[in-house]
Amino acid sequence: MKTKISVSEKKKEVLENLRNFGARLYGQMEEGAFPWIKMPSRSIQNIFYSPEVRQYILGDKAVRRSSRNIRHIRPFTQLVWAAYFAYELAKNRKTSTLRDVYYSAQAFDVAFKDQPESNSIITDLETVVGFAREDFNVFPEERSAIFGDLTIEYTVRGYEGRQYNLMSHPDGVMIGPAITSAEFVKTSTDMVIAIEKGGLFTRFIEEEVHKKFNALLVLLGGQAPRASRHFIYRLNKELELPVHIFTDGDPWGMHIAMVIISGSANAAHLRDLTTPDARWSGVWATDIVDYRLPSDELTPVDIKRLYELQKDPRYKGDLWQKEIKKFLKIRKKAEQEAFSRYGLTYIVDKYLPEKLKEVA
Amino acid sequence: MVTFEEISPADFFYRNRDIAGFTNPVRAIFSALRELVENALDATDLSGVPSEVYIRLSHDNDTELGDDVYRLRIGDNGCGIPARHIPSAFGQVLFGSKYKLKQARGTFGLGGTMAILYGQITTHKPVNIVSSTGTSRIYKYALMIDIQRNRPLILDRTIQINKEQWHGTFIEFSLEGDYSRAMPKILEYLKQTALVTPYANITFVDPKGRLYKFTRVTTKTPPPPKETLPHPYGVDVETMQRLQRITDCQTMPDFMQKHFHRVGETISLSFLDFAGFIRTSDPKNLKGEDISRLVKAIKKNKKKGKNGFSHNLSVKEMQHFIRNTQSGNLVDFMKTHFKGVEKSVILRLLHAAGFIRTKAPRKLRSDEIVKLVRMMKKFDGFLPPDASCLSPLGEDLLKVGILKELKPEYIVVSQRKPSTYSGHPFIVETAIAYGGDIPAKDDILIYRFANRIPLLYDEASDICVKVIRSMNWRRYKVSPSMPIVILVHICSTKVPYKTVGKEFIADRPEVKKEVLNGLREVARQLQHFLTKKEYVARERRRLDVFSKYLPKIAKFSTNLAGKEKEPNIKVLLRSARKFED
Repeated sequence: MKTKISVSEKKKEVLENLRNFGARLYGQMEEGAFPWIKMPSRSIQNIFYSPEVRQYILGDKAVRRSSRNIRHIRPFTQLVWAAYFAYELAKNRKTSTLRDVYYSAQAFDVAFKDQPESNSIITDLETVVGFAREDFNVFPEERSAIFGDLTIEYTVRGYEGRQYNLMSHPDGVMIGPAITSAEFVKTSTDMVIAIEKGGLFTRFIEEEVHKKFNALLVLLGGQAPRASRHFIYRLNKELELPVHIFTDGDPWGMHIAMVIISGSANAAHLRDLTTPDARWSGVWATDIVDYRLPSDELTPVDIKRLYELQKDPRYKGDLWQKEIKKFLKIRKKAEQEAFSRYGLTYIVDKYLPEKLKEVA
Repeated sequence: MVTFEEISPADFFYRNRDIAGFTNPVRAIFSALRELVENALDATDLSGVPSEVYIRLSHDNDTELGDDVYRLRIGDNGCGIPARHIPSAFGQVLFGSKYKLKQARGTFGLGGTMAILYGQITTHKPVNIVSSTGTSRIYKYALMIDIQRNRPLILDRTIQINKEQWHGTFIEFSLEGDYSRAMPKILEYLKQTALVTPYANITFVDPKGRLYKFTRVTTKTPPPPKETLPHPYGVDVETMQRLQRITDCQTMPDFMQKHFHRVGETISLSFLDFAGFIRTSDPKNLKGEDISRLVKAIKKNKKKGKNGFSHNLSVKEMQHFIRNTQSGNLVDFMKTHFKGVEKSVILRLLHAAGFIRTKAPRKLRSDEIVKLVRMMKKFDGFLPPDASCLSPLGEDLLKVGILKELKPEYIVVSQRKPSTYSGHPFIVETAIAYGGDIPAKDDILIYRFANRIPLLYDEASDICVKVIRSMNWRRYKVSPSMPIVILVHICSTKVPYKTVGKEFIADRPEVKKEVLNGLREVARQLQHFLTKKEYVARERRRLDVFSKYLPKIAKFSTNLAGKEKEPNIKVLLRSARKFED
C-alpha cells in the first residue's frame, strides 16, 4: 500500500470541478455576457505523443465555444446539461451509461441527434472538467473481469465499508462501477496478468495460475474498456504490482497491449488511464517460430496495420520494432489458443513460466 | 359519280365546329360562354364606361329537350350594335367589326355566331337579341341562321323607346351542354378574366342559382387602342392587291404613305428606289426649263456646304455637267456630281421638283405587285410599328387585378417595350405573384393571357409555358412546390394563335424572346424578395434558437453553481435580435 489514491477524495474533486464550471457560466451571464468556455482542442493537429508522459497528450491549441454563436449554442447547451446530469449522478452516487445520457437528454428538450453526438459531448465534458466520464459515473457498456486475491472495500451506496475478496467467485468479478470505485484493502499477489480472451481467462483460473504465479488475473475482453485500463493503472500504481499482458499474436493483439501501456489518441485529454510500465508478454512473432505454433497467413489488412504501427511513436521501443519486423518477415499470426496443440495445460506449465522469466 | 358542291362559311363551321372549340358538350358550353363574354367586354371597352357584364346560365324550361339543355343569357353595357347590323352580326359567320388593325379580344368575327350556331343545331331555337347604341330606340330581334346560305333569318323584330338612353346588348339562346363538368373551367375562366379586367363588374348566375360576383376595384381602364394601317413587313400579296384596287392615289409615294404604317416621304422614296419602282429622265433629255427648275431646287435646298450642294450653282454649270455626264438617269447623275449628299436627300429633292415618275398604283401589273411585296420584306429601312394600336393592361392595372383575384403576399409586374413579329406590333406583360392566398401545389401555376383573354386549354403547347419550362428557376430561388403564379399577357394586333379556338400561342422567335426577357425581369425581382424573406426567416429561426437554449443554459448553470436565482438573460436575448418585428 504505497501510493494510495483515495477514491472518495477524487469524487469530491470531480463534484467541485463540475460546480465551478457552472459557477463560471453563471458569472458570465450575470455580467451580461453570452456564456463561453475555452478548452484544449482535440483535433488531430493538436494531439501529440509525449515521450515524458509516455502517452498522447493535447497541445497548446485551444478552442473557444460561445453560446453567442448560433452553431455552437445547441452543443453548448447540451454540454451544460451534461455537466448538470453528471453532477446529479455523482452527487446521488448513481451510475449510468452513454446510452442513458443519450436518452436522458430528451427529457430536458436538449435531445441529441444520435449516439455519436451525445458521446462527443461527454468527451467535451471530460476535457472541460479534466476527469474521465467514469469519474462522474458514466460507464460504457463493455465490462471486463478480475480474479485473484485482492480485498476491496466498497464505496457504492448501500455497500459502504463492506469488504470483498475478488477470489470469492470462480468466474471472476466484473469490473463495474462498484469495483472501479472501491478502495483497495490488501493483497498477497505479486503481479497482474491481463488476458485478451475469456476462454483463456477461465483456463488460467482452472489451472490455478493465480496460485502458481501468485497473480491477479484480469480479463480484457478484446480492447480494454477505460474503466479496466484505469483499474490496471491503480493496481500498478497503488499496489506496485508489475503488469503482464497476454494477447493474440497479431497486430491487433499487440495494440490491445499498447493501449493499456501508452493509451490512445482519443483519450489524449485524460490521465491515469495508462500503465507505461506494463509489459506485453506474448504472443510474440518470435514465439510463433520458437514454439512452432499453428498459425495463419497474415491478411493484407493485417500487413497494412503492421506498417502503420511501425511508424506509430508509441511503438518506438526495441521489442515492438523487432516483433513487427518479425511478423512482416514470417507473414504469420497465431492465437493464444494455438498452444492447445501441445495439450491444454502446456501454456500454463511451460510457456508462461518461460515467458515471465524472459520478460523479467 | 363524284359530285362537287359549294358550302357556305356557316356550313363549313357547322361541319368543322371542332376547330372553333365546340368539340363536345363540356367544351361547347365553355366556349359559348367565353366567346360571348369576350364580345361583351370588347363592346364595353369601346363604349368607354366601366364594364358591366351579366351572365346567367339556367336549365331550359322546355322539358321535351331534356336536362342537358341550358339557356345562356349574356348582357353588357357596351356600345351596342347599330340596328341594321344586328341580324348579320349574330346570324352570319365571319361578319364582324373586328377586322381592323387594332387590338381586340375577338379577331375572327366567328366566336359569337358560332355559339349561336351551335345552340341552333343542338336545340333548333332562335336567338333573342336586344341592343341599343344609346339612341332613342332599343331593338329586339329573334333570329335563326340559314346555315347553308350563311344568312340570318329574322323571325321577329320589335322596337322600343329608349327613355334612359341605355346602351348595350343582351343575347339569350338555348344550347346543349354539360355544365357540371364545365363548371371548374368556367369559374377559372371568369376568375382569370376578372383578374385581367379589374375595371369590370362580372356577375354570373349558374344553373343551380349560385351567384358569382367579380367586383371591379378600379374604374381606370387601359387607354383604348387606335386603329392602325398595315405595316409593310406584315403585308402579303392579297392585301396589297386589295389596297391597290381601292386606292385613289395617283403616285406610288403617295400610295405608300397613305396605306402603310409609319411610312413617310423619305422612307417611301428610299423604298421605291430600292425596289426599282422609280423612274427618272435621262439628264441629256432635260429641256431648258427643266434644268433651271432643277438648279432652283438645288439652290433652295437647305443641305449646303460640305455634305450638301454647292452654293452658287449656275444653270450654265449644270448644262455643262449634263453634257459631260455618263449617267443615264437623274438619280445617278445627282449622286455622281454631288458626292457626299445622301441619296435620300437627292430623292426628296427630285420628288419635290417633280422629276420622279412612278406608275399609278392602280395600274400595277400582278407581277409588279408580287415584286413590291417581296421587296417590302427585304427593305430594312422601315420604322418598327408603334404601339398605339395596342392596349396592354399596364403595370398598375395588372397589379390591381392580381391583388383582387389572387390576394398574394407579393407581386411583381413588368411591361416590355413594344416589339414586332412579321410587321405585327406586340407587347408582353409578365407578372409573378407569391404566397398569400395562392395555394402551394406540386407545380407553379401559369396564367396565360392574350389580348386580355385567359387561355385555359392546351397549356403544354403554348410558347409561354415552353419558355417557363426552359428557365432555370432554381437560379431565382424558386422551387415547384412554392405558392407561385406566373402570368404572361401578350397583346398584339394579331396574336399568333395556332388555332381558331384561341387556346395557345405559336412559337415565334420574336415573341419567345420578349416573353423570356419579361419573365427574367420579374423572376429577378422575385428572387430579391425571396432572398430577403429567407433572410428574415433565418433571423427569426436564429432568434428562436437563442430563446430556446439560453434559458436552459441559465437554468443548468444555476443548478450546478448551487445558486437560488437564475441570471438575467433578457439583455442577451435582446442583443441577439437583429431587427424588430
